[in-house]
Amino acid sequence: MNTPSNLKYAKSDEWFDPATGKVGISDYAQNQLSDIVFIEIFVEEGETIEAGKAIASVESVKASSEIYSPASGKVAAVNKDLANKPETINTDPFGEAWMIQLEGASAGDVMDAAAYEKHCEERAH
Amino acid sequence: MVSASSTTSSPLSATIVEPTIFDLSSRGRVGVRMPESDVPAAEPPPQHLLRPELPLPELAEVDVVRHYMRLSKFNYSVDGGFYPLGSCTMKYNPKINEDVCRLPGFLFTHPLQPIETVQGNLALMYQLQEWLKEIAGFAAVTLQPAAGAHGEFTGVLMMRAYHKSRGDDKRVKMLIPDAAHGTNPASVGMMGMTVVTIPSDERGNVDLKALEAACDDTVVGMMLTNPNTLGLFDENIEKVIALVHGCGGLMYGDGANLNALLGIVRPGDLGFDVMHFNLHKTFAVPHGGGGPGVGPVGVAARLADFLPEPLVGILEEGDEDKDMPPLYGYMKPAKSIGRMKAFHGHFGGGFVRSFTYIAMHGPDGLKDIAQYAVLNANYLQARLRDTYHIPFDRICMHEFVAEGQFEGSDVRALDISKRLMDYNFHPPTNYFPLIVHEALMIEPTETENKDTLDAFAETMIKIAEEAKTNSAIVKSAPNNTQFGRMDEVKAARELVLCCWLPENYDLSA
Repeated sequence: MNTPSNLKYAKSDEWFDPATGKVGISDYAQNQLSDIVFIEIFVEEGETIEAGKAIASVESVKASSEIYSPASGKVAAVNKDLANKPETINTDPFGEAWMIQLEGASAGDVMDAAAYEKHCEERAH
Repeated sequence: MVSASSTTSSPLSATIVEPTIFDLSSRGRVGVRMPESDVPAAEPPPQHLLRPELPLPELAEVDVVRHYMRLSKFNYSVDGGFYPLGSCTMKYNPKINEDVCRLPGFLFTHPLQPIETVQGNLALMYQLQEWLKEIAGFAAVTLQPAAGAHGEFTGVLMMRAYHKSRGDDKRVKMLIPDAAHGTNPASVGMMGMTVVTIPSDERGNVDLKALEAACDDTVVGMMLTNPNTLGLFDENIEKVIALVHGCGGLMYGDGANLNALLGIVRPGDLGFDVMHFNLHKTFAVPHGGGGPGVGPVGVAARLADFLPEPLVGILEEGDEDKDMPPLYGYMKPAKSIGRMKAFHGHFGGGFVRSFTYIAMHGPDGLKDIAQYAVLNANYLQARLRDTYHIPFDRICMHEFVAEGQFEGSDVRALDISKRLMDYNFHPPTNYFPLIVHEALMIEPTETENKDTLDAFAETMIKIAEEAKTNSAIVKSAPNNTQFGRMDEVKAARELVLCCWLPENYDLSA
C-alpha cells in the first residue's frame, strides 16, 4: 500500500494535498474497490464546497462508492479527463487521477499518513 | 460426493458459441403461415407511423426453439441446482403455482374489463391483500408496485404525504443504516430527500448513539431492513423504532428479508409504519436476471388514507345464506398519492402465484418456512465457521455473511464464487453488504435438504484448501463452464446492448 507522506487523509479514504489543493482517493481505496469502470464528478468549477460534501461517485466491478471532499474551499479545477479513463484511478491514484483542485482550501477531519496507514490496517480484520 | 468433473459441460461444448438470433436469420424464412383474413380490413394506421421493412430476424419455429433451448442449457437455475444468492431468496418455486396462474380465467382477462366479468380475479386480489395484512401486521395493503424498489418509492411518497398533510414541511432527512440495500438511498434520492447514513455497531445492530444524534424534527423517517443484510435481527429493534417515532419520524421496513420472520414476528406489531413485500422472494415467484418483481406495500392505520389508488375492496356485501358472494371492485383511499402503475400490478405472474403459495402452506406452513430458512442458514454458518472468517458471528437469521479471503493467499471472494461454478453451485452474493471486506453473502433458503447443504459446505471447505495449496485453479475459475472468466471491466465499459441483422442482410429482397 502506497501512502505518500505529504498528503492528508480522510477516514473515508480520500486524500488532500495541502500544497496544491488537489483531492483524490487513496491507494488503499482503489485496491479495495478493484477495477474501476466509471466515475462521475458532481461539483463544478467555481463552486464553494464544505468538507464532507459528496463530490463524485466511483463505480468498480465490485461496488459503487461516493467520494466525499476531505477539505473545504472553492473548486478551482475539475479533472474532466478522468471520466474517459477511470482506470487511471487504479494505476495512478495520487497523480493523474486527482479529481478536483480546491482554492483557499482548509482541511476537514483528516489525518497524516502514519495515522491513515494504521486506520487501514485496523479495518483489514 | 462433489467433483469438478461432475459438471454438465462436455469438452466440445466449450468451443461452441451460440450465435445471436439475428445471426441465425435467413431472408423469407417463416415460423407460421397466416390464414387468409375472413374479416373486413380495418383502416390502416397513419402512413407516417408505418415502416415497410423492420429489421426483425426471420426463422422457422424449430430454429427459434432450439436457439433458446441451447441458451437455456448454458444457464443455471434454481430448478437445476443450489442457488444461495444472499438477499435474493432464491427458493424453489413449486410447480402448482405455474398450473394455477395458467388457468384460463386468470390468463385470458384484461385489466380494463368491467368488474362484473372479473370477480374471481378481484376476489383473489382482495384475499391476497387481507393475507399480507395479517402476515405482516398492517392495516392496509396495496398490491400495485411493480417490484421492491418501486414499493420503496411508493412507501416514501406516502411518508412525505403524511408529514405534509400535517403541515410538517421541514422533514427532508431519511436515516439509512450502512448495511442497507442500495435501493433504499436510491429511492430517497429520487424524492430529492437527503440520506443520512447510520453506522452499524460491533454486533451488527444499528448504532444507537449515532441514531439518537441524527434524530431531530427534520427526519422523515428511517428505512430499515430487519433482519438486516448481515442476516442479523436487530437486537435493539424496539429502541430503534422508539427513537425514530420519538422525533416524529416514520419507520419504513424493507421487506426483502421477510422470509425469516413469517409466522414469528409481524413488522407492524414491532411499530413499522410502512413496509414493502417482495412477493417474488418470500412468496415464490420465479425471479432472477432483473425480474419480474412484485412489490406490495403494507401500512399502519395512520398511513392507510395515503395508499395508491385503486385498492380492491368490497362494494356490496354478500349474503352467505343465499350463497351470494360479495361484489368486489376498486376503491380510492381518501388522500391517495395516486396511481403508481397503469394497471393493477403484476397479476398473473405475481399475485396468482403468491396467492397459491400462501394458500398451499397455510399459517403453520408459513411458520415452517421461516424456521427452516433460519435453521438452514445457521447450519451452513456452523459448518463454515472454522474455515471462513465470519465478522459478525452470532446466531443468524435466514442468511449470513462470510469473508472470502485467507491469510497468505491471493484468492478473493470473486475467485471463490467463480470456483463454485466449477462444482456446479450458483455463487453466493459477492461484495455486499459493503461493510464486510470480500463479502460472501449466503442464503440457502428453506427448500434445501441436509445433503445439499453438506455438499455445498464441503465444496466451500475444499475451495478454501485449494486457495492455500493450488490458488491458480481458483484464480482461473470457472474452468468447466461454457465460458471461462468474464472480463468484467470490458463488459462494464464497452456496452453491447442491442443485436442487429448481419451487415450484408438484404431486407428489400
